[in-house]
This record gives sequence, structure tokens and C-alpha cells, in this order.
Amino acid sequence: MREFFERLGLMAEKAVITTGQIIIMLFQAVYYLFLPPFKFRNMFKQMEFVGVRSLFVVVLTGSFTGMVLAMQGYNALKRFGAESLVGPTVALSMARELGPVLTGLMVTGRAGSAMATELGTMRVTEQIDALYTMAINPVKYLVTPRIVAGVLMLPVLAIITDFVGVLGGYFVGVKLLGINPGVYIGRTIDFVSVNDIFYGLTKSAVFGLIITLISSFQGYHASGGAEGVGRAATSAVVLSCVLILVSDYFLTSIMF
Amino acid sequence: MIEIRELKKSFNGKVVLDGVNLDIKRGEISVIIGRSGEGKSVLIKHIIGLLKPDSGRILLDGKDITTMSEKEFREVLKRFGMLFQGAALFDSMTVEENVGFALREHTDLPDSTIRKIVKEKLKRVGLEGVESMMPADLSGGMKKRVGLARAIAMDPEIVLFDEPTTGLDPIMSDSIADLMLDTQRALKTTYVVITHDINLTYKIADMVAMLHQGRIIEKGTVEEMKANPNPILRQFLEGRAEGPIKVF
Repeated sequence: MREFFERLGLMAEKAVITTGQIIIMLFQAVYYLFLPPFKFRNMFKQMEFVGVRSLFVVVLTGSFTGMVLAMQGYNALKRFGAESLVGPTVALSMARELGPVLTGLMVTGRAGSAMATELGTMRVTEQIDALYTMAINPVKYLVTPRIVAGVLMLPVLAIITDFVGVLGGYFVGVKLLGINPGVYIGRTIDFVSVNDIFYGLTKSAVFGLIITLISSFQGYHASGGAEGVGRAATSAVVLSCVLILVSDYFLTSIMF
Repeated sequence: MIEIRELKKSFNGKVVLDGVNLDIKRGEISVIIGRSGEGKSVLIKHIIGLLKPDSGRILLDGKDITTMSEKEFREVLKRFGMLFQGAALFDSMTVEENVGFALREHTDLPDSTIRKIVKEKLKRVGLEGVESMMPADLSGGMKKRVGLARAIAMDPEIVLFDEPTTGLDPIMSDSIADLMLDTQRALKTTYVVITHDINLTYKIADMVAMLHQGRIIEKGTVEEMKANPNPILRQFLEGRAEGPIKVF
């Protein structure tokens, strides 16, 4: 019994310490963002990695999600004679929820795990120590560009996901299920507001921060050789996904 | 140049450094020897600021580097270079980008000048024509040479070596020893080397210090150490399993 509570206490202590370390890393990364010298090349490299190289996977995810939504939406709305609302259903679901969340989860799996692995490998092979010994701040050099890339590129990816989702929904709704295209587009425009898109993009920026911060942190503090790097990558993905879903609830309750 | 005074460090209750006292002279090759796990790497990481001591001081030209601000210490770091045990080359960069890294980060030199300096440093370590290779394509010996070229790229005053010959065959080890002698004499740099390679120690050291159970127990020139009757030192230098140092 005592051992159980000791273990519980240690877990709680570790969770609090880790949370504190993550917040400190965030503050440091933001602080160093405004401290010269400014190295934009690294930032653009990370933006290309997080954003451009995730395009294919988010286009695939977005389009098929839109298509499924249209199919399921049509199935449900037909019972009430409300097939004309398939368009807005797809668009609102994508813009407010599925676009940001699915983009976040896809980028976590792709870029988040890669970031944790890369930084973890750098840690266990002393490359991060080497940066420090060359008078280069490792957080400024490694973490800040990644966080900037996440916060800037996730909203861009989310809007692409929303767009291809709506296109996918249009294809299924209009071409396959026979909804009038004018009705589909008109109802979509009627029901979707700029706020819906804006709040979705705000969520994406938060998810981008979560993915890059958690992944960078896990990799930066990896230890124990190859096994440690693997653990860091797994933890990065799991923790990022959980935090995306949890923060999604709270952000939704605040915004909507 | 570097004075270490009563340096103490523990990890999770285990004492690793227990009052280290050592002087490193300018322009010399100082070698710290000791068994694996005695704290040699921990000691060298304190000198370069990767670790902070529990107590004690490290003075660089009279200034205590353990209590400096981050900004102040970053300027001090530019006087150092370090060759890590595995060379720690940045594996996403070419050899040229690795060696020129500090020059690109800390100077405004044009790219053409940096490339010339990189070429000169690589030539000094006996490597030519490898600029576009990736670290993964290099042999162990080549990685060490590139690591040394990177460590001396900014012409530092002090270069630290963490087990420079570990993992290398005897011929390559001797070649690295020659390289260290050549570069040190040419650049008149202060070298601090940690190793358990006795051949390397005998070949390059101006001063040898032995770290045992968290303290420097003996120090002197190679000849003085060879003649020193301390049984712990004798057992280590002669490579005997039997003696006052218990293996298990």
C-alpha cells in the first residue's frame, strides 16, 4: 500500500517538474525569438519541413474527411428532408473542428515524431553539447525556429485542409449524391461566417505550438541512447495528441 | 591559465568529484588520466561550463567562470574549442558546413573566406577534398579529424579533448597523437586532454595528472610520473588488474 502511494507521489512530482520545464522552455524560446542575432534561414527551413512537406498528407486527410462527412451528413439529413444542409455541415465541421484537429494529429505523427527523434539523436550524440561549447544557445538555435514554424504553418495547413474538405464534400454531395450545386454552395455561404474560420485557425496555431514545443522538449531532454530517443518520439506523439484533444475542448468552449 | 580549486560534484548522492585541485598552464598539453567512470568527463564538462559544480571554483586567467552570467560566459566560450569523444559532428550538415559552422554563426566573414578557412583547417588535420561529404560517410578517424578541424576553426586559445583516441585502432590513434602535437605546436594553443590511453599520454603530455576517487592524486611530467612509486599510479600506468585499485 505504502509502495503504491510512494509511486503515485513520485509520478505526480515528475509530472509537475516536467510541466515546469516545458513552460520554462516555452518562455526561453519566445524570449530568444526577440533577441538578436536573427537567423531566418533556420526558421524557413523548419517552416518548409513542418508546412510544405506535410501538404500531401493534409490534402489526403482533408479531402477524404470531407467526402465521408458529406456521405454521412446526407444519410442523416435526408431523414429530415434537409439534404440542402450537407454543404454547411461539411464546411462548418471542417472549419471549426476537423480541419484544425485532423491537421494537428497528422502533423504530430509526421513532423512531431521527426522533431523529437532528430533532437533526441542530437542529444545522445552530444551534438547539443557541441552547439553549447561553440557559444550557440541550443534553445534559440533548435527550439525557437521549430515553434515559430508550428505556430505559423499549422493555420496555413488547416485552411488547406478546410478547402480540400469542402471540395471533397462538394464532389460527393453534388456529383455522387445529386445535390443541386447552387444550393450546396449557396447554403454553405449562408451558414459559414468568417468567425468560424478565424476560430479554427486560432485553434490550429495553438495546436502548432503544442506539437512543436512538446516534440522539441522530449527530444531535447532525451537520454539513454537509441532506446531513449525512441521513447522521446513516442512520448512526443502521445502527449501532443492528448493535449491537442484536451485543449480542443477548452478552446471550443471559450470560442464557441 | 586555468585553476581548478576544491571542485566538488555529486549526482544523486554519489560523489564524483571530491575536491579537485589542478592548474593548467598556458601553451601546454595537459593530460588527465584515470579509470573509466572516475569523473574525467565530468571534470572536463565543468571546465567548458556544461556542468555547474556543487562547490569549488574554476578560474580562467583569474576570473571565476562558475559564477559568470550566461552572456559573459558565452564570450568566454569563444576562447574554447572541444573535440568530443564521438566527434559530435552535426549529421544534417556536410563536413564544410560543420567546420565553418562557428565562423558563420559568430562572424560576418563572406562565404568565400569561410570556405578558404575551412579548407585550410581541413588541410591542417590531414584531410583534403572531403568538404562535401556527410558525417555518416566518414570513418572514425576521419570524424575525429573533422571534429578537430571544427574545434580549431575559430583559432581558440584552449582546446579540450574528451577521449580523442577511444574507438580507434593503434595506428590511427598514433596518427591522431601526431596530429595533436603538430597542431598544438603550430597554433601554440593550450590543450587539455582526458584519456585512459597511456601511449597517447606518453607521446603528447607536457603535464600528466591522475584522477582517482574524485581527486587528483598525482601530477607531473611524463618522466616524473613514470618514476613515481605511488602504487595506484603504477597499477594504472602498467595496466595491471591486480593492485590497490579493485576492479570489482
